[in-house]
Amino acid sequence: MITRAQTLARAAELRARFEAAGALPVETPILQSAETLLDLYGEEIRARAYVTSDALRGEQMLRPDFTVAVVQMHMANGAEPARYTYSGEVFRRQEHDPDRANEYVQVGYEVFDRANPAASDAEVFALIAQAVAPLNLRATTGDIGLLTAAVRGLKTTEPRKAALLRHIWRPRRFRALLDRFSGRTPVSARREQLLAGDVACDAPLVGKRTQTEIDRRIQTLRDDAKAPPVSAAEVDLLDALLGVRETLPFALEQLRDIAVDLPSISSAVDGISRRAEALAARGVDVENLPFETSFGRTSMEYYDGFVFGFFSPNRADLPALATGGRYDALTRRLGQGAEIPAVGGVLRPGLMLELEAQA
Amino acid sequence: MSVKLGVPSKGRLMEKTFDWFSQRGVRLTRTGSEREYAGAVGGIQGVSLVLLSAGEVPRELATGRLHFGVTGTDLVQEKLPLWEQQIEPVQELGFGHADLVLAVPKAWVDVDTLDDLDAAATAFRAAHDMRLRIATKYHRLVREHLRQGGVADYALVDSQGATEGTVANETAEAIADITSSGETLRANHLKVLGDDPILRSQATLWRSRLAPASEADRKVIDALTKQLAG
Repeated sequence: MITRAQTLARAAELRARFEAAGALPVETPILQSAETLLDLYGEEIRARAYVTSDALRGEQMLRPDFTVAVVQMHMANGAEPARYTYSGEVFRRQEHDPDRANEYVQVGYEVFDRANPAASDAEVFALIAQAVAPLNLRATTGDIGLLTAAVRGLKTTEPRKAALLRHIWRPRRFRALLDRFSGRTPVSARREQLLAGDVACDAPLVGKRTQTEIDRRIQTLRDDAKAPPVSAAEVDLLDALLGVRETLPFALEQLRDIAVDLPSISSAVDGISRRAEALAARGVDVENLPFETSFGRTSMEYYDGFVFGFFSPNRADLPALATGGRYDALTRRLGQGAEIPAVGGVLRPGLMLELEAQA
Repeated sequence: MSVKLGVPSKGRLMEKTFDWFSQRGVRLTRTGSEREYAGAVGGIQGVSLVLLSAGEVPRELATGRLHFGVTGTDLVQEKLPLWEQQIEPVQELGFGHADLVLAVPKAWVDVDTLDDLDAAATAFRAAHDMRLRIATKYHRLVREHLRQGGVADYALVDSQGATEGTVANETAEAIADITSSGETLRANHLKVLGDDPILRSQATLWRSRLAPASEADRKVIDALTKQLAG
């Protein structure tokens, strides 16, 4: 049994290691604005985070992670470039799996730097990889930016692209939308009637959504019905892209092949190539580093570029021992007009100790 | 110790439950004054009756203070995460049928499916600078349903009663509530969204997996189970 004292001692060691790498130690409050988190994640965050409330401040949440608070702090008064480290408890509701901890210690390292994103990605990954090296974990990497670039490059309407981009992190919804936009899902009889203007409604309109909004949506649906479907060739290319799952050099080869027909991903592929060089320069064994285009799509939705995770090959029941990624868009959303490229990663010292105790 | 059976303390659900048990030779009666929540069990030895709110039955079963209890599937699934590990259904009682449904104004002719609701919610947020509100008391079930359906940009607002009225009162844009006939929905100019309800519910007899039972209690539990199956 790992004690809390042992976990905190390991957390302090890890944080000291990140300080030695040049990070400034920071503390963030445990109670966070529920409004901010709800704005970012929507109602789904309530299933993951604990909500508190009092009559004066209304709803607040126990921090489900540090990143949002660190970004807010940096955007409000941080100097550039910046490296931060922190350690402390995070809180997650676990209503589906009683074996997962609802309170655990995280140690993190975050980099806010405009100079060379590929180098920053490699810096974070290499530091985390070194910290977990004795555990012989399996690493996986990915890049959310590939899929967003591919969607932006589709030869279809802007509203369709916006809908797909909004659901990048919900693979099932994304697939359903793609099936509809490519004409694979048949149009329902009722929708045909609506498009033809054959739907009458005798009920009065109640509530805040106005007739103008309803009419506008019907117009959007009519415009969409007139737009040609996303071609089968493009859907196949997206499928090929989502199916890439190889060691990094082979993945890059496949991605370059796909980019010949899907040129919109070229600059994202170049970015992955630069990152591979930066990783190699940091001593990471990129020849054997796995890359999966779909990795990170179902987890936290703020990552929008490089993503990575470290897992125990022998303990598939354990969640990732370390995760991280790039979240440029989050700095934009929390920055009130400002933005800065940012990447970070977190470790779970409690799980690390648990694995070591087993070995 | 005796074997404790929990039954809703009020109204038609109580009467129908009493009828259902009496058809199987177990006589449940209220004792004392009209307002006193005390009861008695006839036709079988060693069982005592607990009258309580249907909403409290799931929790009492999960903590093991009740061995058996009658309540709706909706309340069990809303109130008990991982309910299968804590309680098990013994029999569906064949009454108290109700569906948990999502409903939107009937005049929203452009919204028939969850897909439409998602698109309408996104446009609503852009137009009103607030997320589309759904009034309900079934927060967990509704959130899970919308997560699976891939709906984003909504907010749940709590409504413990008269939920169908919240849309006209502009405290919500849509609702999720239990309906049996749909009449209240129609009267409030609302329509049910989608083909399948979030959940089909009916009054069900449940058994706690966790309630402590002596050797004597176990015999009573077996006898009661057999008699009710009869």
